[in-house]
Parts: sequence; structure tokens; C-alpha cells
Amino acid sequence: MALPLGTAAVLLLVLFFELVRPRLSRTFTRARVAIARAHRMHAVESYDPGRERRAEQRARALLRSCVDDRDWDMYSELGFLRVNGPVGASAGEGPAPYAYLIYPHKPIVAYVPATGELLNEYCITFPDHTKPFGSSRLPHSDDVLAKWMAITADERRLIGEANMHLPGRQVDPARIRRDLARLARWERERSERELGGARAA
Amino acid sequence: MKPGHGEIVLAEGDVDVPEEEQELIEAFRRELDAGMWAAVPTEGLAGRREAELVKSFDEVPRDAERVIFFPRAAGGAAPAGR
Repeated sequence: MALPLGTAAVLLLVLFFELVRPRLSRTFTRARVAIARAHRMHAVESYDPGRERRAEQRARALLRSCVDDRDWDMYSELGFLRVNGPVGASAGEGPAPYAYLIYPHKPIVAYVPATGELLNEYCITFPDHTKPFGSSRLPHSDDVLAKWMAITADERRLIGEANMHLPGRQVDPARIRRDLARLARWERERSERELGGARAA
Repeated sequence: MKPGHGEIVLAEGDVDVPEEEQELIEAFRRELDAGMWAAVPTEGLAGRREAELVKSFDEVPRDAERVIFFPRAAGGAAPAGR
């Protein structure tokens, strides 16, 4: 008696499921679409187009408060910073034996100031270690400041952490040569302005 | 410095006030435990500005105006592009 009743119950269940399956399927599809739409709407509502701009403004103010006036002028007018090496050594006569160019979100480029010869690219990033599967980047000026702080504080350590490549892997050597020419012109004009100011005084 | 956000003030206080100093120490430890580097902007012997990396609160000069935390450096492996 129990076996036929059980079989009948199973059959009824299967039949019932077959009857409601199309409706269930439609309901699930509608729910999936609604959830996806809600996620899209949330993403649109939470996107703040001014956030990155404000972050960059704060980063520029922080960078300006940390570096020398001359370095700040260099960065704001040319878009990169130059740090002479070896870092920490007192400036002697003549050009430094080597120097670094610090670009935002680009490798640090080492070169010889006397000849303009490019030495290496040092690829370095500052990832958010709390988000190992992908994180936002630092604002441009924060990236420059982080490199500047790390290199002026511990040049060897930063270079040790970096991935070293030959010049031209990520930064176009022609661009660097143009930037070095711009830097030389900028320094010449600045020196002339300073000399003119000193004479006028 | 926080990726995607920029500068965020984590803690403020006077190191000469014990309660405030304790708060600063806790904030310092929290950031270092999270894998951040800590730097103090300083002035070098030649008068040039530079930075000093500090690994403990004791290394922070007592007269330092601020400590800047930034993500630990890692070798970049971004794809080649110009």
C-alpha cells in the first residue's frame, strides 16, 4: 500500500514541477535582470566624477608641501621630477654622476646628466595590499611623491624593490630625450631669471 | 595616501599629551601592520628637502609635523606601452 502511494506522490510532484517550471524559470530570469539593473543603477549613482580630481588636487598640495620650491616648479611646469644621485651625497662640482626622472605612473628612468645617456628603467608601483585582486591607483602626484620619498629616504631599497629594465621598455627614449632638453632649457631660463632678479636687487 | 582617494588624515594629536600620543602610536601601528611604509619629510644637511622612512614610532622625530603613510613599493610589471 505504501509503495503505490509513494510512487503516486513522486509522480504528482514531478508533474507539478513540470507544470510550474516555465513560470519559475521566467520568475528567476526576471529577478536576475532586476538584480543586475539594480547593481548598474547603484554603480552609476555611486560614481563621483569629481572624486579623482579632488584627490589629485589634494595630492598636488601634499607634494608641494614636501619638496623644494624648485622641484615643485619643475614638476608643475614639466610634469616630472629629477632627483640627482647618489641621493644624500652633497652636491659637488659639476653634474651628478647619475640622476633619476620620476614620472607619474611610469617607471623611474636613470640617466647620466653629463652625456644624456639613458641607463635603466626601474618599474615600481604602490599597490593597495589590502586589495590583492586589483585596486585603484594613487593619484598622479601621490605616485610621484611616494617615489620621491622612497628614493630620497632609501635609494638602494627602492631600486632593490623595482624591476629593472633597459631603457625604452615602457617610456619612449625619444620622449625622455625631449624631456631632458626641456629640463635643460627650463634650468637655463630659471638661472637667468634668478640672476636677473639678483642684479635688480 | 590611499589608492583611489589620495590623502586621508588618520590621526592628529600632540605627542606631549599622553592620551593623544597613545592614539598616534596606535594609528601608526595600524598602518604599518596593514603593510604601509611611513615617511617623515625632513630637511637634509645641504638644506634640500628629503624624506626619512621610519619603522617604529620611536624613530619619528619628536618635532615632526606629520608622518605620511603610503603603500609599500613593489616591482611593477605593467605591460609595455608609451
